[in-house]
This record gives sequence, C-alpha cells and structure tokens, in this order.
Amino acid sequence: MTERTTAARPRDPQDEGSAAGSATLDTVTDTDPGRGGTDRGKATPGRGERIFRGLTSGSGLLVVAAIAAIGLFLLVQAVPSLLADNANFLTSPVFDTRDPANLNFGIRDLLVVTLLSSLFALVLAMPIALGIALFLTQYAPKRVARPFAYVIDLLAAVPSIIYGLWGIAVLAPALLPIATFLRDDLGWFFLFAPGNLPVLTGTIFTGGVVLAVMILPIITAVTREVFSQAPRFHIEAAQALGATRWEVIRMAVLPYGRSGYIAGSMLGLGRALGETIAVLIVIRAATTPSGFSLFDGGYTFASLIASAASEFSQPLPTGAYIAAGLVLFVLTFVVNAIARVVAGGKVNG
Amino acid sequence: MAKRLDLKAVDIFYGDFHAVSDVNLSVSPRSVTSFIGPSGCGKSTVLRTLNRMHEEIPGARVDGEVLLDGEDIYARSADAVAVRRTIGMVFQRPNPFPTMSIRDNVVAGLKLQGVRDKKKLDEVAEASLRGANLWKEVKDRLDKPGGGLSGGQQQRLCIARAIAVQPDVLLMDEPCSALDPISTLAIEDLIGDLKKEYTIVIVTHNMQQAARVSDQTAFFNLEATGKPGKLVEIDDTEKIFSNPHEQATEDYISGRFG
Repeated sequence: MTERTTAARPRDPQDEGSAAGSATLDTVTDTDPGRGGTDRGKATPGRGERIFRGLTSGSGLLVVAAIAAIGLFLLVQAVPSLLADNANFLTSPVFDTRDPANLNFGIRDLLVVTLLSSLFALVLAMPIALGIALFLTQYAPKRVARPFAYVIDLLAAVPSIIYGLWGIAVLAPALLPIATFLRDDLGWFFLFAPGNLPVLTGTIFTGGVVLAVMILPIITAVTREVFSQAPRFHIEAAQALGATRWEVIRMAVLPYGRSGYIAGSMLGLGRALGETIAVLIVIRAATTPSGFSLFDGGYTFASLIASAASEFSQPLPTGAYIAAGLVLFVLTFVVNAIARVVAGGKVNG
Repeated sequence: MAKRLDLKAVDIFYGDFHAVSDVNLSVSPRSVTSFIGPSGCGKSTVLRTLNRMHEEIPGARVDGEVLLDGEDIYARSADAVAVRRTIGMVFQRPNPFPTMSIRDNVVAGLKLQGVRDKKKLDEVAEASLRGANLWKEVKDRLDKPGGGLSGGQQQRLCIARAIAVQPDVLLMDEPCSALDPISTLAIEDLIGDLKKEYTIVIVTHNMQQAARVSDQTAFFNLEATGKPGKLVEIDDTEKIFSNPHEQATEDYISGRFG
C-alpha cells in the first residue's frame, strides 16, 4: 500500500491488478486518479478532469464558431454581388448572372418554389408521421413495432439521388392522373391552377411528394420518441376513468407529445428546405415566373445553386449564388430556431 | 351506486407467472376494505383486477369470477372500458392531467361519458371538489392547471376526479404513500366521509392506516418467492388487529416479518 501511493502511476496495469485485490485499495483508486498524494487528489479536480472539461467545452465552442464562420463567409462573399445587382434582390423573379458586368438576380421565385414545395411536403408528411408514431407506440404489439420502426428509419438512409430518380421516373407518371384531376377540377384554387410548365410531371407538386417521403422518417422518429415517453401514470389515469384507446391518446399522449411532434416537423421542414439533388432532378426548370401554383416548375435555392456550381469561376456571379445561399441559411436557421423554442416548452411533468 | 363486490376463486396470471391464487372475498356496499401484506404478495394486483386495469399489461389474465352486485365484470359481454367507468381508481402517485385545468380534471370522466352540458359539469365539479375536501382551497383557481397544486391537494383532486362519475366502487392503491403525514390525515378523514356513499377498497403498506380507516382487512402473503400470492385471511379490522385467526397474520401485524 505504501509503495503504491508513493510510487505507482495510475494506469500501471500491475497497480490495477493489486487494487482489484483489495477493497481499501479499490476506493483509493476510485477517488484519486493517482497524482502522488492521496488527500490532495480529492481536493482539486484532477488533470484528467480538466482535460476532459476542456475537450467537451472546446467541442461545444467549435460548433458555434463553425456556424458563425459559415454565416460570415456567406455574408462577405455575397455583399459585392448584391451591390452590383441591377435587379431587386428580393422581388425579382429573374436570376441572370451570365454577364458579370450586368448582374440581374432576385430570389422571389426561388423563395416561392422552396417554400411551396417544402410546406406542401410538410402538409403531406405531418399527418402520416403522426399516424405512424401513434401506431408504433400505442397500437402495434412490440414484436411488430420494432421491425416496422427500422423500416421507417431505413427511409432516411436512402440517398437523395435515389429519391430523385424514383421521383421523376416512377412517381411523376404515377401522380399524373391525380395532378390532372386537381388541375382540371379544382383549378379555380390558386394552388391547383395551371402552372408555368407545359406538362404536369416534374412540378412542385411532384417534388413536394418526394420531399414528403424524404422527411417522413425524421418527423416519425422524433414523434415516436416523445410519444413512447408519455408517462405511464397519466396513461393509467385516463384508462382508469374508462377512456378508450383513442381517448387515452387524446388525454395523456397527445398533450405530452405535441411539442415534440411540432419540433420534429420543424426539423423535417428544415431538411426539405435544404434538399438539393432530388429536387434538382424532379422539378423542371420554368421560363416564366411562378404564379404560386403547385403545378409550377422552377428552382429552389438549393437546386439553383447546385445546377450552377460547375460555372463558379468569376467572383461576382458566384457571389450572386452565395447571396441566395445566405437566404437559405437564414431560412433554415429561423425554422430550427422555431423548432427549438417549441421543443423548449416541453415541460410536461 | 355503492355496489357489492364478490371475488370467487380468482386466479391471476402474468403470462406463465401465477401471481395470485384462489382469492375469495366479499366487500359490502358503503364500507372500507383494506388489503395489507408484504411487498410482492399480489395485493395491488388483486386491486387492479377489480377494474380490469391489470389487463393493460400484455399477457395478463384472470380466472374465476369478479361479481359486481352479482354481475361478472369478466363476462364475455362485459367491456373493460365500461367497467372502468363505473369503478373509480386512485393511484399511488397523484396523477392529474398536467395540461388540463383543475375543473377539467375533475370532470374528465364525465366528459368521457358524453356529458357536455356546461352547467351540469360545473355543478359536478363543485360537488366533487367539496366531496374531496378540496373546494375551499381551489375554488378561486379552477381554471389553473392541476399540476400547480401540492402533492396532497393533487391526490384529493384525483379523488374528486374519481368520485365525479359516482362510481359503484372506489379503488385506492396506496393513496397516501407519496404524501406527508398532514396530507395523509386529510385523505384518511376523507375516506371516512366517502364510505357513507361509496364502496371503498384500499391497498396500504401502513398497518396503522388500515386499522384507522377500514371496516374489514384482508391479509395477503407469499409462501416463497416465485410462488403465487395468497389471501391468508379476511375479517373485521378489529379482529385482525387484535386476535387474528392465522399465525402468519399475527406475525405480520406484530412486525415479526414482512
């Protein structure tokens, strides 16, 4: 024992061995990581403690620094192009950067197409995700719920390019009858009005359905998680009052999980806003401005930037795309902030 | 209202595990029956079979008959949800619905039964809160969430919620175990009042409590770990605590084991 406390290094395997042999030695090893004196080690945090704290807070700061750096990069690169812009950046539907001396670019249509496709995806995905989450946590027996949950999670693992190919090759033709019906019979409603594309495949409508499938897993996963944590004793309270399965859900599960559901949906929305390649493949380019119809075509922020990425050679035109990227950055930031605020209110003791 | 309860040859299983074997007992209307016994002896399990709550656990089942005024609540035609609407339950941990107001908590059961008349709901809320000795403390904040009350008040709120539907039987699963002595006393007084109108069955770990509140006491025990729990004896509370029939009961109440 004396030999150990004065001489031994903490990670010495021989020392570990001898410590394991005796209860007294064990406790000494636990409280004092072994920088020599036994009492001193207890009073001040050990070196391992300090290193670990440094590493963890460093990782935390790194993320903040990275986000700040990205924002700064976008801003610095975008400002010269914004100053050289001859069109109104916020209201112009044109995005023309072919002549660096005469830049004409605006984000109106990008914003419309991005928001329309993402919100449409959200409207489709939210009820389905809610249904799946309720089924998995409240109705399905465990034996079914687990593999089923894996399948849903697997949807998130499918690469976006595959969704793009599937969307344009399989889904677009399959949706044609529905799209035709909506346009012909409900065309008086602005969302279903005839769009700026000559065809009904590869529209925002198609893209929105593809996006809905893509964001389904994330919304489902978050929602399922909060629903499965609905407190047992609240569920029992409802059951004991003679609540049916659905009434139990309404009284004890939904109030508890609502904020998590909304937060999950916002995460899904964030993903839809930023989705690039699938949207680029599915939604066709349009030549006339968008009229707020789901049957319009066009570019989202992400798909426009991706489509132009091969031509980023001159700083001013490149800056125009970076300015568009900056708007997308802020947009997703706002969506995530909303999700955070909503999830922060999740105090349902 | 205040119905009689008879258990005949009740055996309770969780999957393959035989939890409680061969329980026979009767509970008269407008009386308090307490279940006592060591942990794991199945007294809570028996209580939860009385309103078919235990079957929410996958694999749980019951053999034998549980008769409510002569009608078997496990009959093929009986519906678990309907049974629970007429048999109220109060749990170990106070569990008001946190997002509902105090008033909505009290009338939650009535709303489930389809009562929508606001005036009627308000009347029942007041009557039930008075019945649970809580009215004076909450009458000015009926629209505030029930989660803001103290533990003892929350438990009385849960009792108000249970009696709001005028149940045939009121079950209480260790209702005071999470409460301080003053709140416990309030609940015990309340039980004394409630038995004028309701049939009450209470599970308790506190033998003084059983002696104080109940008319008859049932002692459950376990022969050995892994063996099913058993009803050792049931008799007038006075008899059980002064001169029990079985040696095991005497050992338990005099603190020699359990």
